[in-house]
Order: sequence, then structure tokens, then C-alpha cells
Amino acid sequence: MAVKMDPIHQFELKPLVSFGHIGNQEIAFTQSALYMFAAVGIIALITVVATARRSVVPGRMQSMAEIFYEFIGSTLRQSAGHGSERFMPLIFSLFMFVLVLNMLGMIPYAFAVTSHIIVTFALAFLVIGTVIVYGFMAHGTKFLKVFVPSGVPGWLLPMIVAIEIVSFISRPISLAVRLFANVLAGHIALKIFAGFVPALLAAGAWGAISPLPLALSVAVTALEFLVAGLQAYVFATLASIYLSDALHPGH
Amino acid sequence: MAQPAHSTATHEGFVATPAAEHGGGFPPFESHTFASQLIWLALAFGLLYYLMDKIALPRIQAILHDRAVRLSGDLDEAQRLKAEADAAGAAYEKSLSDAQAKAQAIALETRTALSQEAETKRKALEAELNARIAASEATLRTRTAEAMGNVRGIAGETASAIVERLTGRSPDEGALAKALDSVSFPH
Repeated sequence: MAVKMDPIHQFELKPLVSFGHIGNQEIAFTQSALYMFAAVGIIALITVVATARRSVVPGRMQSMAEIFYEFIGSTLRQSAGHGSERFMPLIFSLFMFVLVLNMLGMIPYAFAVTSHIIVTFALAFLVIGTVIVYGFMAHGTKFLKVFVPSGVPGWLLPMIVAIEIVSFISRPISLAVRLFANVLAGHIALKIFAGFVPALLAAGAWGAISPLPLALSVAVTALEFLVAGLQAYVFATLASIYLSDALHPGH
Repeated sequence: MAQPAHSTATHEGFVATPAAEHGGGFPPFESHTFASQLIWLALAFGLLYYLMDKIALPRIQAILHDRAVRLSGDLDEAQRLKAEADAAGAAYEKSLSDAQAKAQAIALETRTALSQEAETKRKALEAELNARIAASEATLRTRTAEAMGNVRGIAGETASAIVERLTGRSPDEGALAKALDSVSFPH
């Protein structure tokens, strides 16, 4: 009983197969890795297996793949504009990966991969790394215009450039922390509210008010489903907006 | 007394987190798991990116493109067929009205021709009849004249026969001729 009450326990990584240590790092196939590959499998099921027949009149699964494709496509086009089609695989993969991992995490007793900051940081740095690498590859040193907004008076420029640099550096951090913190906080809140129910039931007369945290945990579950979808969308949208800097610096 | 004791223990278990359960640390910040997570993330996300980039997205794009092409193609085809049907309808209407006009023309022509023929025949017949009537009248006149020519002879003979019966002797030729001359005979 005590183990279930611990709201942090759910985030612990459990090695399924351990490959030993390198330095202080334990290299192991954990349940987190299993969920990642499960997510890849689910996404492949929707987008690869379900579209294999290439029906002109789509079935349910193919329809879902098409809806996701058009949704992400229009989000990317609106955020990053002309030439953004080349980033479609990246943004689509990011959105689907984060969405499916968040949703898998909502299954009771399941593990939320995106509750680990190293995962969200890696995805955020992938986005910012793409922005920097593509920006310099496509525009050379002109990419640095991204720090110099046009139409700013000369005396204000040093300050503006400093602010732009700080804002650029904070992007991967905010991208990573937003997703991580939302998922982590949501799962902790769920666990605590749900934990109140057996705790109150076990506390004699206090059991009379146990339906309150039960109702609350149902409401929080609904909220967390919303957050799971919304954070995937926010992640993909912000990534698209940052990529628009790589496509059109100096705007 | 057992019930309260059990309850207290559970309550304690919930509130006081046993540090030993997760190694005393906060799992997301346990840096000794980072390398492992990054490796599996790179493998899983790399695989996902490969699947999306090489298979899924080109396929979905092709499906959507095919559908758009097919829809617009079907619409164009429908438009074309409709135009064709309209043209065929117009052609039918035109040929129908042409045929009607032609039929009327033929009917008119035929009527005119027939009436002309009838007129010609009628005139010919009329002329023939007139000729016959004229011939008959001429014959009649001739016969009448002939008959009237004979009336004097007959009258003379009759008169001499009557006189002979009344008087017992033939009348004088000269007096008879004189009497006959005094009577006018129709010619």
C-alpha cells in the first residue's frame, strides 16, 4: 500500500535488460525504451500499415493518418510559411511521438516517457539544432540576422540583440521544460488525488468524504488527456515557429 | 484496537514517503539514467523519422494528391459530358426544327403541285367540254336548218293533199307556191 501512495515512484526507470555500466551510466533497456518503441509501433500502425492499401475512399485508420497529416501540414505552413515542407517529416514525427507517448502515459499503471526531462530536452535540442544547422547551411552568416530585427533604431540595437540572444537560448529550455513539467505535474497530481481515496477510506469516519478526491481525480484525468494532446500540439507549433527563423531569418 | 492501529500505519505510509523505494532521488533528475534514455530515444526517434520520411508521409501525400487529381478529373469529365449532352440536345432540337420546316416545305410544294395539276386537268376538261358543246350546238343548228328546209315541201304536199281532198282536184302549182311564199317559215 505504501508503495502505491508514493507519487514519485511511477517515474522510476526499471531496467528490463541491463547491458552493464559505462562510467556511472547504466546502459539498460528500460520500460521507458519499451514505451518509446511501442509508440513508434503505434504510429507506424496508423500511418504505414493503415495506408498500405492507398484507398481513394479511406477507412477509419487511413482517415486518421490523413487527418493528422493535414493538421500538422497546415500548422507547419501557417507557422513556418514558404519552404517549410522540408521539415514536415521532423514536425510530424515529433508531434506523433510526443502525442502517442503522452497518451500512453495516461493509461493506468503505464509509464510516461515525456515525464523525464532528458527526453524532452533531447527533442527540444533536436529542434534547435535543426534550426541552427539548417539556418547556417541555407543562409550562411546571414542567418545571424535572426538576432537583428529589421527597423530597429541604431542606439537600441545592442539591447535588442542581447534580448534576442537570450530569447533564442531560452527556447530549447522552455520547449523542454514545458512538456516535462506538464506531464510530470499532471501525473503527480493524479497520483496524489487518487491516493487520497484509499487513505481516507482507511481512516475510519473520514471515509465519508472519500468520493470528493475520487471525483477530483476523474476531473484531473480528463484535464490530463487535454494536456497530453495540447502539449504535443504546442511542442509541434513552437518547433514550427522556431524553424521559420531558419527558413526566413531577419523577419 | 487493531483497526485504528492499521489505519495509522497506512496513513503514515501515504504521507511519509519511504526514501528507499526510489533510491532517495527524484527519478527524472537521476543523471545515471540519461545516457541509456538518450540511446533508446535516438534509436526509436530515428526509426520513427525514417519510417515517416521514407514511407508514411510520401504515401499519404500521394493518396491525398491522387484523390485531389481524381476529384478534379471527375469534375472535369462530368463538365465535359454535360457540355456534350447539351450540344447533343441542341443538335437534336435543331434537326427536329429543320425536319419540321422541311416537312412543311414539302407539304406546301406537294399541295401547290397537286392543285396546279388539278387546275390544268380541269381546264383541259373544260375546254374539251366546251368544244363538244359547241360541236353539238353546230350540229343542232344544221339539223334545225335542214328540218326547216323540208318544212315548205311538207307544207306544200300537205296543203295540196288537203285541197285535193276538199275540192277533188289538185291545186294549181303556181297558186300553191304563191300561198307558201306568203307564209314565213322559221329557219
